[in-house]
Parts: sequence; structure tokens; C-alpha cells
Amino acid sequence: MRPEGRRNTQGIRIDPEAEATHEPRQAVLSALVKHKPGVLAEVSGLFSRRQFNIESLTVGPTTDDEMARMTILIEEPTPGVEQAKKQLQKLVPVISVTELEPEAIRRELAMIKVDGEKPDDINAVADMYGGQAVDACDETVTVEVTGSKQKVDAAIEAFSQFGIREIVRTGTAALERGAKDTQ
Amino acid sequence: MSERASIPKPEDEDESDDEQQPVTTGAQSVIRALENAGAEYVFGVQGGAIMPVYDALYDSDINHVTMAHEQGASHAADAFGIVSGEPGVCFATSGPGATNLVTGIADANMDSDPMIALTGQVPTEFVGNDAFQETDTVGVTQPITKESYFASDSDTVGDDVSEAFALADEGRQGPTLVDLPKDVTKGETDKEPKKPKTPETYTVQTEADEEMVDAAAEAIESADKPVILAGGGVIKADATEELFRFATKYEIPVITTMPGLGAFPEDHELSLEMAGMHGTGYANMAVTNTDLLVGVGTRFDDRLTGGVDSFAPDAELVHVDIDPAEISKNIYADYPLVGDAGRVLDQLYDAMTAAPDADEWREQCQTWKDEYPLDYQMPEDEPLKPQHIVETFDEVTDDDAIVTTGVGQHQMWACQYWTFREPRTWVSSHGLGTMGYGVPSAIGAKLAAPDQEVVSFDGDGSFLMTVQELSVAVRENLDITFVVLNNEAIGMVRQWQDGFYEGRRMASEYPWIPEFDKLAEAFGAAGFRLEDYDEVEETIQAAREYDGPAVIDALIDPAENVYPMVPSGGDNGLFALSEDQL
Repeated sequence: MRPEGRRNTQGIRIDPEAEATHEPRQAVLSALVKHKPGVLAEVSGLFSRRQFNIESLTVGPTTDDEMARMTILIEEPTPGVEQAKKQLQKLVPVISVTELEPEAIRRELAMIKVDGEKPDDINAVADMYGGQAVDACDETVTVEVTGSKQKVDAAIEAFSQFGIREIVRTGTAALERGAKDTQ
Repeated sequence: MSERASIPKPEDEDESDDEQQPVTTGAQSVIRALENAGAEYVFGVQGGAIMPVYDALYDSDINHVTMAHEQGASHAADAFGIVSGEPGVCFATSGPGATNLVTGIADANMDSDPMIALTGQVPTEFVGNDAFQETDTVGVTQPITKESYFASDSDTVGDDVSEAFALADEGRQGPTLVDLPKDVTKGETDKEPKKPKTPETYTVQTEADEEMVDAAAEAIESADKPVILAGGGVIKADATEELFRFATKYEIPVITTMPGLGAFPEDHELSLEMAGMHGTGYANMAVTNTDLLVGVGTRFDDRLTGGVDSFAPDAELVHVDIDPAEISKNIYADYPLVGDAGRVLDQLYDAMTAAPDADEWREQCQTWKDEYPLDYQMPEDEPLKPQHIVETFDEVTDDDAIVTTGVGQHQMWACQYWTFREPRTWVSSHGLGTMGYGVPSAIGAKLAAPDQEVVSFDGDGSFLMTVQELSVAVRENLDITFVVLNNEAIGMVRQWQDGFYEGRRMASEYPWIPEFDKLAEAFGAAGFRLEDYDEVEETIQAAREYDGPAVIDALIDPAENVYPMVPSGGDNGLFALSEDQL
């Protein structure tokens, strides 16, 4: 007598009727943490040693001096997202962890330094993406663009016609919409 | 061994019953925090950056056991924690002292053993300058502790230690560390440490969700082939009575994991003993064919599950664990029950209205016991079989005798052929698999349970890694029997080379090892040599009767291997009983 069943790599019994494996999805985790030295290293270390796919991590202060907020973008199948949340919650300096709704407000900032030969055209493209020139010299113009990841991607694509010299991008910062608290 | 001759105390020792002196330095506050938490023993090694803390220990009633090497200190503290249930304490200086502790800390972390490590650090003003004996100890140990603290202020260093102590003990137990810069411990303070208390961000759920308990209870009641898998968490939670009550009331067979040895009496008819890579054939058959698995305090390690695709493939899983992150980490839990093992077992006990109808299943399990007994051949004209030595030792000792081991073949023979009946009698390195764990762990175990017999099974390779700790056992006059199952090889590797690497025995044979009986004598312990079957019992008895540490160098059959065996990542239901079945 041998059992017929099988489990997938996530230890879930495979139901032939249902989907056998879970596809990776993007999730935004927001974590309130103690604002003290070493917390960033602890969180980033956790993600690397447990092999969670992390796309970006941002950290900054909150209204409470003792707390900071981290916004972490990961790409994992649902069981991996759940595991990441639980592992994160387990770290002692982590106060709370939530996964944001898909419609949460997400923003990134990019600064794009392009060749400055066509300043008017550059300004026109910047206007199109709600950005603005923040620095200019004889040779270059630097433009700032804020928006969703897709919008920033599109802006960079559009600026590439001028010849991009350098780019810097932040990770995603995100908050829930409406009156709903993010924590 | 209730009375100990230890380090000399200052002459005014009698005054220790008087009111405690107020603290004046950070170091005194550190020691006061340990005293308040109830620490009885510290295992450690002196050194420059930790000297202020040792100086404060001079005036304390806490006993210090000087180990030969910091790794020994961390393993002894770990074993002390396993046997006593309270965090074991170890000290080391900065740099190499701290890095030498690392193996023992990682070991405690993998096995959820309560332990607190205090490390010296260079003075704060030198931190980051690559000063003499500086290591980023917090950075090194953060991934292998529940939390590592860097003490920054003499006024609060005692609070850090109090919190670290409480955290090591609360919820899922584990190691914590406090790094102590020398200026912080030397610095003046009159602040008494706060009472041990976990940080407010650390929450523990002790009781499982009622609705989920009811659903799980219903699933167990209606199961045809239920089985309980008891892990080390049952012992850590002191839940063996609750487990016994639950299993016997509802007549559900019980398998244990390796850390779960002692969670359920192995001589009980419901016991199927240990499952996994070197588990019993009947436990592995049961875990493969069950339709409802109740896992309690186990993290479904790969040495237990084998390949997850074939692990309990038809079973719904009821998973009881105090750590929510263990739920569905490796094996998906259909009924997740987060809480204290004993409390949740009682919840399940109360929620169930009838035992599952499992007569046929229990009979099947008995049939497997008859079909796949643990077995070995013992021809008179061949070298000693290690299994026979383990069995003989088990027969002459009481049920509460404590077994510690190193890591390797000898450890598996101890698991298989010793019959564990009581919790906290099995002390081993499970998750990390640390060779060398045997000698220092026996020291920690003996000091935690001075009235219980302690036997340490070791292999020749494993014993050689920490043999210097014998000097500590001799100095402290600890009545421990060490049995080196000596096959002149790093046997488990040799077994794998024969099984999976076409017998290419690269770096696994140790024909150059010392004579351990003579080595023991050089340390001041008693040494015995065991080569023949007719000497087994008398040698064991002679070693046990010796008042102090005794070492038996048992020359065993070098060809003997550990079976049954499920190859790494394999199917538990397809265990091999010999090399030709691999």
C-alpha cells in the first residue's frame, strides 16, 4: 500500500482539481519598527538569509520619534509572502507588519541627469510626467519625477532620447488610501 | 554532586545572606540582573574585555565553571538550559572569545534551547577602529539569536541583561546575547537592573483559536489513520503529561522527532519511536500512510520529512506550535493552532467528543513493528557492535539517566537503541549537527541535574573535537561516563561515501587517533578499554562505579552502519535497511 498523494515544494498537498503551484506576485509590506541602530541590518539580513526576493526597501522616520517605517516590496508566491510577514513580525524590534492593499498609494522618486542640449524639449517631457527640472548647467539638466513605478519607468524611457548620463531612484514608499491606517 | 567545591570565595562569604550591596558599576548591575533572574551557573572563559564582569562575579553566589574553550562554554550552557528548562549562561571575552561561542549559539538557535551569552567588547570609543580583539559580535550573532543587544550605557546595561534573559526563556525559547563594551561595564552607576521582562514588541500567543481547535478536533475524530508527531517543543513546554493524557485517552499512536525523544515513553504500546532519516521503519511507515497528522512543537525539518513531496502525502495536518512562523513554513498546515503545546493539547482534549475509529490502523502499526524491528547482527567472532553497548548501558541505568551525544553514527545508535521514557533525558545537537557537542554538553547536563546519572555517547571524531573539556569534568569532579564508540573514522561520512560516493573514502578515516583510555588518564579521569562482548557489562559497571569522569574507549566494528536510512530528500516510506537497498 502506497499513498497516491503528493505535495508541492511549499509542502501543500497537490489537489489535481486545483492549481498545483503558486505564481509569484508583488506584495508591499509596511513595517513599523523601533527607531534604533541595527534594525535595518536585522531586517535586510532576514530577507537575504531566508531567500525572499526583495525588490526595494525604504526606511524613514514617522510622527513618533521612537518609530520608523519600512516599506518593503517583495515578489513571492502567496505562501512566501505569508512566511515573510511572519518572519518579519518575529524580529524583536519590529512592532507591526501589514501587507498593503493592491490599490494603496505607491510612489517612487527618480532623478534623471540628461544632456542639456535641448532644454525646452526636456522641460516639455518633464511637464508630461508631472516632473520638473531641479538643476541645470551648460552641459546637463537634472529632472525630478515622482510617481508609481510604471510612471517613473515610462518617464525614464521618454528621457532616454536626450541621452541619460545618470539616474538615481528611491524604492517604493506606500500608504493605504482613505482613512484606513497603514499599520 | 549537590555540594560543589568551586572557585574560592572571598572570606566574607557568610555575609551573602545579608542584604545585597547596592550596585556601583555597570558590571555589578550585569551580575545583579543574572542573580535576579535566578542564574545558578555561568560557563565561561576569562579575557581582557570581559574582566570587569568577572570581577563583579567575584562577589556573587553564582557559580562559575571555567571551560577549556569558549565553544565548550556555549555547549555547556545550552545543555544546562535543555535539562533545567531555564536559560543557561555563558561568558566570553571580545573577538576570539565571542567568535568561539558562535557554534554553541547557532546550535541553541536551531534547537530552541534557552541560553544567554554575555560577551566582552572593546571600549565604546574604539568600536569600529579594528581595535585589538574587536569583532562585530552583534553583527556576527544577530542571525543566530532571538536578539543580540549592544549595551551602550552603564545605567541600562543591567536592564539589557534582564530583558535578554527573559527573552531567551519566553515563548519559543532560544539564545540571546548582550555585547558589553568594557567602558560600559567599568562605568559607574547606582541603577539596579529592572526585573526580567520581555520587550513590549514581543508577544506570545498561548491559547489557540477556539474555532480552529473545534475544526481540528472534528478532523481528528473522523480520521481513520491518525498519528501524533511530538517534537522538542513538547518537552520545552513541559507538556509531556498533557501529551500522554491526550494520546492515551484517544488512543492515537505517537511518533517523535529526534528532539522529541522523551516526550512520550518509548516503551508504551502507542509509541512508534522516532521518524525521519534514521527513524524506525514503523514510524516512517506510519508517518507516510497517515491520513491525519497532529504535529506538536515540531518544525518539520528536512531530516524528518525527507522530500516534502512524499511526506505524509495523504494527510491533513494539525500543527500546534508557539511560533506562528513555523506554521506552513515547510509543510502546509490545514489546521494551524498557534499556542503553548500543553495548553493547546488540553484544548483539543476538551474539544474532542470521541476517539477516532482507528482499531485497524493501530493493528497496522503493530504489524509494521513486527515487520521492521530495529535489528543488528552480533556474531561472536566479529568486532563489537555499538548498538549492543548502547542497549546494555540502557539496561543497567534508571529511567531518568540523561544521555548526551556528539554528532554522527554514535548519535543515531543512541537515538535508536536507548529507550527514552522521560523528558529532558536526551541532550543532543539536532538542527545544527555539531560534532564535539558531547563532552561539554555532559558537563552542563550534570550540573543542571546533579542527582541524575549522565552518560555521554560520542564518536572518536566528535570526541576529539572538544576532548579538552575533560579537564573541566575532572576539576569539577563530575560523575559522568563517556563512551567513545570508536570506529577510527568519521563514520557517518564514511557510510555516505560507501553508499553514495562509490566507496571513495576521502578524509573520513582516522587511523591516527589517540588511545582514549590513556588520554582520559592523562586528564585525570578514569580510562577503560572495551574490545570484547564478554567485557561489555563489567566495563560499563566499572566506569559507572568510578566516582568522577570515566571514559570507555569502545573499539567497535568499523564496518557497522546506521540503518534504517532514508537517503537525503527521499521518501520516508522507502527506507533502506541495508546499503544494497539505497
